[in-house]
Amino acid sequence: MKREIPLFLTAVIGAVMILGFFVPHPWVSVPTDFLQQSAVIVVAFGYVLGGANVLRVNLEGIAKRDRDWPYRVVLIAGMLVTMAVGFFVDGPRFQAPGTPSIWIYNNLFATMNATLYALLAFFIASAAFRAFRIRTLEAGLLAAAALIVMLGRVPLGDFLLRPLTDHAGLPEWLRTTPLGAIQDWVMNVPQNAAKRAILIGAAMGVMATGLRVILGIERTYLGGGD
Amino acid sequence: MNLSALESLDRRWIFLGMALLVAGPLLFPVGLPLEVSKPTQEYYDAIAAVPDGSPVLVACDYDPGNRPEMVPMTKTTLRQLFDKHCKPIVLCLWNGGPGLVDQTLEEVADEYRARGVDLVSGRDYENLGFKSGNEAVMVLMGQGITNAFPRDQRDRETRTLPVMKGIRDYSSFPLLVSVSGGYPGTKEWVQQVNSRFHLPMVSAATAVSAPDYYPYLQSGQLRGMLGGMAGAAEYEKLMHEKGPATRGMDAQSLAHFFVAACILLGNAVQWSRGKRGRA
Repeated sequence: MKREIPLFLTAVIGAVMILGFFVPHPWVSVPTDFLQQSAVIVVAFGYVLGGANVLRVNLEGIAKRDRDWPYRVVLIAGMLVTMAVGFFVDGPRFQAPGTPSIWIYNNLFATMNATLYALLAFFIASAAFRAFRIRTLEAGLLAAAALIVMLGRVPLGDFLLRPLTDHAGLPEWLRTTPLGAIQDWVMNVPQNAAKRAILIGAAMGVMATGLRVILGIERTYLGGGD
Repeated sequence: MNLSALESLDRRWIFLGMALLVAGPLLFPVGLPLEVSKPTQEYYDAIAAVPDGSPVLVACDYDPGNRPEMVPMTKTTLRQLFDKHCKPIVLCLWNGGPGLVDQTLEEVADEYRARGVDLVSGRDYENLGFKSGNEAVMVLMGQGITNAFPRDQRDRETRTLPVMKGIRDYSSFPLLVSVSGGYPGTKEWVQQVNSRFHLPMVSAATAVSAPDYYPYLQSGQLRGMLGGMAGAAEYEKLMHEKGPATRGMDAQSLAHFFVAACILLGNAVQWSRGKRGRA
């Protein structure tokens, strides 16, 4: 019964949700609406579970004096202080302008989050120099597409490359077509075709997996092997 | 040409080059000429076609990491909507985003208030705030917007707000604007809302995620799209603004050239090493 009840619930709920997409009758729509509201509550509870897990894992690391344990202390302190300010100082209006929570958000979270992303520019440039090697035809095509899109997306591309392509010896289309237009073609035709194939393939895979779960063929989500 | 010296190039030189190329144009903007692309023009036209004074759903799904691309797009979109006396109903499905989205909305509203336009939160625009649940929230909103967001960013009861009068579900909006930094974002709004509730939508996406949305643009599920900072700068041009995206394009242009040069130079070093090895 330990496995049969979850399998039964999954099958029934899965079938109801699929029916809800096509049947607007209250017999179907009311339970579907209830399940959707329940899903939002379950996801919200995931934040509580996630917070508890962060505490557990990091407190264990601190107790065992793991490598980098001082960083775990910073993490736990940051989390507890932010939560305490939100719960006990600001209350329900913790997101209103001028509150200590918003100060933490603006001056700590937002700046560190933006800094982390900004660093990517430096590592991308370094990786482009050290790791992007054109050794095969496929890598060559990838590099050519990357260069066209990167330079075609910015106004400097045409501005600098125009003098290079403006030679009588070159084909007419190359002399008259702006790099931006070639970039548009790459994005609209080959990129789009590949992306669409991936999207359709992934969607069919999701449908097949969903059906396997609803029909009880796929049971790995229950844990503990088959 | 002997490129062997570059084989052991300290990567800090690359970091320095990138830093100078990004900082230079930000401090001393050049103002390179911009061409408006078709998806940007369509984005502008789709918002322009919304009847004046209508409520428009604006999903701002991003956090401070996407700020340079997303905030200029959001601001220009809000300006176009406010110019048409539309009522933006803003929400955020990213847990790191509500603070930034609220500030962005209030900054634009303050611009209008400074010009003497009487804009009041809850009457002329609304920030519903954050709700966890990603796609489940999108579907839940289909049963009722106030049902999914009973209280707003300011902890007010949404049902009682004047701006929410007459707004039931997605059928109350002529357009959805998805300003999307990744997941959940435009893709999920297309799959859960556009295809299910037939709400027309446009997308303002990061340069990284924009290629993912081209199939939706081609199929007509997206009426228009802004792709990355370039899209934001083109949109600013259409709105006759010289905003942060336009200024940022100079820096991005040079950064793109630098990365392209790094790819070519890295391979040139590799080929020269191979040639010496064979000799």
